[in-house]
Amino acid sequence: MTQTLKPREGYVQAFAEFERGAAVGPSWLTPLRKAAISRFGEIGFPSRHDEEWRFSNPAAIAETPYELAQTGHGLRMTASDIASYAFEEMGGTRLVFIDGGYVPSLTVIGKLPQGAVVGSLSEAFAAHHPAIEPHLARYAKFDTAFPALNTAFLSDGAFVYIPRSAVVKEPIHLLFLTTDAGKPTVSHPRTLIVAEENSRATIVESYAGIGAGTTLTNAVTEVVVGQSANLDHYKLNRESLSAAHVATMQVQMAQQSVFSSHSINLGGSFVRNDANAVLAAEHIECTLNGLALIDGKRLVDNHTAIDHAMPNCNSHELYKFIVDEQGRGVFNGKIYVREDAQKTDAKQTNQALLLSADAQINTKPQLEIFADDVKCTHGATIGQLDPEQQFYLQSRGIPKAEARNLLIYAFASDVVSRIKVPALRAQLDAILLSELPRR
Amino acid sequence: MALLEIENLHAEVGGKEILRGINLIVNPGEVHAIMGPNGSGKSTLAGVLAGREAYSITEGAVRFKGKDLLDLEPEERAGEGVFLAFQYPVELPGVNNQYFLRSALNSVRKYRGQEPLDGVEFLKLVREKLNILHIDRELMTRPVNHGFSGGEKKRNEIFQMAVLEPQLAILDETDSGLDIDALRVVADGVNALRSPERGFVVITHYQRLLDYIVPDFVHVLSQGRIVQSGGKELALELEAKGYGWLETDAAKPELVTA
Ligand SMILES: Nc1ncnc2c1ncn2[C@@H]1O[C@H](COP(=O)(O)OP(=O)(O)O)[C@@H](O)[C@H]1O
Ligand SMILES: [Mg+2]
Repeated sequence: MTQTLKPREGYVQAFAEFERGAAVGPSWLTPLRKAAISRFGEIGFPSRHDEEWRFSNPAAIAETPYELAQTGHGLRMTASDIASYAFEEMGGTRLVFIDGGYVPSLTVIGKLPQGAVVGSLSEAFAAHHPAIEPHLARYAKFDTAFPALNTAFLSDGAFVYIPRSAVVKEPIHLLFLTTDAGKPTVSHPRTLIVAEENSRATIVESYAGIGAGTTLTNAVTEVVVGQSANLDHYKLNRESLSAAHVATMQVQMAQQSVFSSHSINLGGSFVRNDANAVLAAEHIECTLNGLALIDGKRLVDNHTAIDHAMPNCNSHELYKFIVDEQGRGVFNGKIYVREDAQKTDAKQTNQALLLSADAQINTKPQLEIFADDVKCTHGATIGQLDPEQQFYLQSRGIPKAEARNLLIYAFASDVVSRIKVPALRAQLDAILLSELPRR
Repeated sequence: MALLEIENLHAEVGGKEILRGINLIVNPGEVHAIMGPNGSGKSTLAGVLAGREAYSITEGAVRFKGKDLLDLEPEERAGEGVFLAFQYPVELPGVNNQYFLRSALNSVRKYRGQEPLDGVEFLKLVREKLNILHIDRELMTRPVNHGFSGGEKKRNEIFQMAVLEPQLAILDETDSGLDIDALRVVADGVNALRSPERGFVVITHYQRLLDYIVPDFVHVLSQGRIVQSGGKELALELEAKGYGWLETDAAKPELVTA
């Protein structure tokens, strides 16, 4: 217990300093922040005795004395510093945040329909944008440690607002970078996406580390999908090998809305993603897919929770893990089907490809069904590369390493093929077919 | 020089000896048929030649164009010009047929010191071969063998062979499960490739295929050994007599000398 006390106090102290300095924003935010830090003060970090963290021990995070990252560094960065993370070829709009701070000089605002806003939260605070107060910090609960810290330290972040019936054709890229400060640092990226009734947009949220700093990225993303709106979301994690990444995405869906998210995890030493969706009305389509490539001693833990609160909604989940060396994958998929949620159709699939004897996967479907006329299925498979498939490819002249890549690619293909942003897909194709297998 | 020389080949799997001293020479231009009852070791022989890992070679040697074949990786054997049409073609869900075939072709071309074919050249070649084998172009867009019918799988094997243009093709029961039309297509594919430089080892259970691919030699494999060799008449003889005589070791077919 004394072990967790110290870091906990460190954050509480840092908060006091933060409040005196960097904590800008509207006045209504102050009590939220205070409530969040006091909640964190009560509970501290989870331990692996906590059921939700059983297979991904957060002790290393709790024990590392991360300091709140200073944001000045990013302002001196140039376009060439960030070129390999920027997806220039994607076109459209790109917001850049470095060490948690917004960097207007690297940001590109593409063509947007009238009334659409893509910018920083601080700008939106200053402009008193009407969509902020009703939505920000209203969905992502801060009753657990990481979202509580994110909310306590909330002062800036990304804001995307798509007005009623607006269609944004080109992807909106939210790029969050961390740099090496020579000491452990933490940033708390915050994103609010509001897609109003009948609107359409594609959002790519990506996280990467420049250099090999000991960093913790503690992100919270809130997504509000209005009635009949259609939102295509991607999250790409390319953090450095010394980075920890903990993120919660909270999605609130209205009637007849369509939301699909693909979470692609290629980097980070310790990665925990919580993707939660509340299907709060009828005729909703919600898709949560994921792909993780895990090697070395890395860990990727994907937790999902889909809450079917109302009748006639469909949800699909397909999570794939490719685990090599001493990598570890964790999948926990909760599906709640509430009493009212008749005619729910929920499908959850989790598949792991283990490439080495030491690779591990822990998977746990958790279905809690309180309605009787529903269709809920879940399936989990764990497999290895098939030597007969490998031999077949080699017998056609394809060298062993290439044959292996091709089979790994094939395993990932039903997630990759669903990615509709060509630049993203091309990068994944390249990584899967050439970089991944190092042996 | 002989294309393929197999000398006193012994191979085992899981400690069980399957091939028990095979001797066979295939010269360029020759077609050899290998027949024999189920479990006699035909697929094992084919697998050993193509480089399947499961087997351990306990004795003997195999030379391909004078090189020690057993020393090469499967992909090197393909590069040298060995091709195996699998008895059970392997399904590769998620691997696009066209991508696969182009990777394969460019891999063997690289091995042979040839420039890779670009997309246009490749498609031209593919179209030509598809026509010969009466295969629908749509097949190229599907995952390799995944969801193919039995006949489609077998035709796809011969199609791959036609594209890769091997020097030695081993066909492992490519005829089984095919109707007469499909059988003709397969045989046409093989016959189109027949040339004075190429050799074929055609493993089959039935004499029927040999009406279309006429062999120069027929061998009977039984319990891991070639127990009988002859001309194409031997296949007819086997058809008439069955393989019962192998067990009793009594009345061997009379047409025995090659
Ligand atoms: N992987 C294997 N493990 C164990 N036994 C095998 C294996 N492959 C083949 N065999 C055995 O080897 C013998 C020959 O098999 P095979 O070469 O497939 O015969 P054929 O093709 O002539 O029907 C059979 O008895 C079969 O059971
Ligand atoms: Mg066989």
